[in-house]
Amino acid sequence: MIELTVNGTKRRVDVVPEMPLLWVLRDELGITSPKYGCGVAQCGTCTVHIDGMAVRSCQAHIGEVAGKSVVTLEGLDNKDQNPVIQAWLEHQVPQCGYCQTGQIMQAISLLDLISNPTDDEINQVMSGNLCRCGTYPRIRAAIHAAAAKKMAEK
Amino acid sequence: MGHIENLSRRAFVFGSAAIAGGIAFGAFGNADAATTASDNPLAAGLGPNSVTFNPWVEISPDKITLIAQHADIGQGVGSIQPIMIAEEMDLDPGQFEVRFAGPSPAYFNTGFADELAPFVAADQSPAAEEARAKSLEWLRQAGLQMTGGSSTLPDTYEKLRVAGAVARETLKAAAAKRSGIAVADLRTQSGHVILPNGTKIAYVDLSVDAAKIPPVLDAKPRDPSKWRMLGKPMTRLDIRDKVMGELKFGIDMKMDGMLYAAVKLNPGKGQPLKSYDASKARGMPGVKTILELKTGVAVIATNSWYAMKAVDAVICEWAPSAYPAEQADHWKVLESSFKPEFLGKEWRKTGDIDAALKTGKLVEAEYRAPYVGHQPLEPLNGIGLVTDKGMEIWVGHQSPRFVQYVAATAIGLKPEQITFHNQWTGGSFGHRLEYENVRVLAEIANQMKGTPIKLVFSREEDFLQDIPRQIAIARHRGSVDKGKIVAADLQVASTAPFKGLLERSGTPSKDPDGQLAAGLWNVYYDIPNFRGTSYEAQGLSPCTTWRSVGASTSGFFTESFIDELIHAAGLDPMKARIAMCNVPHYRKVLETVAEMSDWKGPLGNGRGRGVAFVESFGTPAAEVVEVSMTDSGIRIDKVWVAVDVGKVVDPVNFENQVQGGVIWGLGHAINCELTYAKGAVQQTNYNHHEAMRIYQCPVIEVRGLENDPKVRGVGEPPVPPAAPALANAIFAATGKRIREMPFNKFIDFV
Repeated sequence: MIELTVNGTKRRVDVVPEMPLLWVLRDELGITSPKYGCGVAQCGTCTVHIDGMAVRSCQAHIGEVAGKSVVTLEGLDNKDQNPVIQAWLEHQVPQCGYCQTGQIMQAISLLDLISNPTDDEINQVMSGNLCRCGTYPRIRAAIHAAAAKKMAEK
Repeated sequence: MGHIENLSRRAFVFGSAAIAGGIAFGAFGNADAATTASDNPLAAGLGPNSVTFNPWVEISPDKITLIAQHADIGQGVGSIQPIMIAEEMDLDPGQFEVRFAGPSPAYFNTGFADELAPFVAADQSPAAEEARAKSLEWLRQAGLQMTGGSSTLPDTYEKLRVAGAVARETLKAAAAKRSGIAVADLRTQSGHVILPNGTKIAYVDLSVDAAKIPPVLDAKPRDPSKWRMLGKPMTRLDIRDKVMGELKFGIDMKMDGMLYAAVKLNPGKGQPLKSYDASKARGMPGVKTILELKTGVAVIATNSWYAMKAVDAVICEWAPSAYPAEQADHWKVLESSFKPEFLGKEWRKTGDIDAALKTGKLVEAEYRAPYVGHQPLEPLNGIGLVTDKGMEIWVGHQSPRFVQYVAATAIGLKPEQITFHNQWTGGSFGHRLEYENVRVLAEIANQMKGTPIKLVFSREEDFLQDIPRQIAIARHRGSVDKGKIVAADLQVASTAPFKGLLERSGTPSKDPDGQLAAGLWNVYYDIPNFRGTSYEAQGLSPCTTWRSVGASTSGFFTESFIDELIHAAGLDPMKARIAMCNVPHYRKVLETVAEMSDWKGPLGNGRGRGVAFVESFGTPAAEVVEVSMTDSGIRIDKVWVAVDVGKVVDPVNFENQVQGGVIWGLGHAINCELTYAKGAVQQTNYNHHEAMRIYQCPVIEVRGLENDPKVRGVGEPPVPPAAPALANAIFAATGKRIREMPFNKFIDFV
């Protein structure tokens, strides 16, 4: 049994320690906002926060996550008030939407690191998150809007 | 439209193909004589005290359900189709549920009628319209239910608004009967019929009354000037669930007692398994059982990851592919396909092309486009359950009736024994028109009778089984004389994507693939001597429709070559196109993009602009791409796009779709190809085939025009001009003419 905290709740799973966190979340715990896209950290659609940092959950073995705190999009505090979520809604970023949960988790992490990122900084941090539908112009605009909103709240 | 009539008579010579379609289809594999397009499939599943007026509206005492007829592949079907009904019914978002259509001929796609008739889109002569009416009748009889061809709006713009109007007027008639007040004195608002004294009767409270009266079939949709939602910026119904991570895609579905499957299939697409050794896989964690399939093996486990790990450990011996094992031989087959025995069709011939080519300065060029993958981010998947009665299947797919046919055929059932539940999908781009996941899921579930099985393809397996976009070579010739283009002889040898899809759908066609005419014959420039010919290469990889299909390759070939001719004639690429364009509202599209980009000729200083104009699926799209040379390569700075869709019904999503189409076109043109070695595709994850990431994404400015007399689609048409506009821009900036995709084989990009 491996124990970890997911979205504030202690969970125990009976899987091999090599199993990536992604598949524990999806198939063992039924938490589906982290998506499977590539399995090799090429697409970012499985992005979650581990102890506050954006991580590709397809690369984090559950054995190494034991005892840590995992937050998925489902478990964000005050989700409705989150400036990134609000900006994503206002800009209607998604098309198919499959990559967007990972994009949002990465963008939240970006704004924690850089409060007012330039386009270049957005490019650097967000380039690991692939979007096949091509929502990049909206992702960029939403991140700028979220940054402005976050700074205005301070 | 006199000008266009002239154009069609003068410019286009059609073959002897039956007028009822450029492509004549065989009998449907799943033709079911018992149901026809005029039967309402909702009637059979109706609960007590409920009513349905047509295949799109169902009202029960507790809820209103609107049917999204097409599959949602990210283009917004799950929002705009129900909203078109809700607009007419005076329903607000939140007052209805949305359900995807089940398989039924009632949901035949009227939007394919234009594409199947052998006339170019701009030709709206009576002869062209008559041919389109015949294709429409054929589509109705065949019950062709398919999402594709940018038909979300062309198919449903009229019929869903009519469906909503019929529902509204029938509910009013029911309220009139109940209250004794004349229909003319009733109005509707926010899900209620309102009586003159202000009393409100909820639609759901009228379901019993409405079921007792005949539907008001002659109800008319409102004039667009009366629209509350359509035509204005609105919030897509699916945005919130997608942003909150709450929307369940097909891959997220779960059932009690479900087990997980992963597969390893013959990478020689469609060929059988010869032998396998599963001894290593058998004892691996989570593994329940290992199944032999016709074309490979499946591992059943308690978790998708266990299944994928174990199937990786199975050693398989495969029968060889039916196409050449090595990529170089694919190109050789194409090179030798420009011969009469491989002729698809001479789609258009004007003037005396052979004589004209001897006039003035001859320009010749060969262009190439490789196989490319679809690779939506949600891999192929599905849930299947086989019982003694038949099979239930939960899968996101664009052709519900063909899913029934393919699944039934795989396991010896009848199509009507397959119950299909469409799912939200994480993209498609043509991938979810094919059936590999459906076929093997049926085989697996059939061997696991009584247990629901969720199949998820690993990304690597998805790449290996992805039936690619057509591979093509163009050999174009043309001549310029006295500052004018006098001849263009466009020849393309290609695999046949749409014919391939039809064959795998159980409806083989012997006619030439009409998609090989796309971007090749619908060239709206006054070039007095013109010929467009397709050749269909045989024995290559199976190919299928990929976002914008034929025009994705021929649009690149044609618009790059036209640019070469324009430069050879010493003309400005924008001014020359505007001057040559012979359809007034298409010319306006070019003029608009010239105005948006403030086109003034060469930029200099290592910067360059290119323009391209392609009509696909009836939608004219013009794009200007601006690039600059930097120390680390070409940077794409900005793109301007003008598109005429007749009516911009959903402005926010319109812009999003157009930007996405441009990004799709640019990203794959820059850096994507699939190549075969030992019969298998060599690119098996996104690091080998990544298209565009955000760091390469330019600013994209979009304008929608509304001059076309018909409502047109926009999912695909922004794709074809992107690659040639970029190639033309690179030529303007560097003097280097790139004639083959992907461009990064020839020039570096930032």
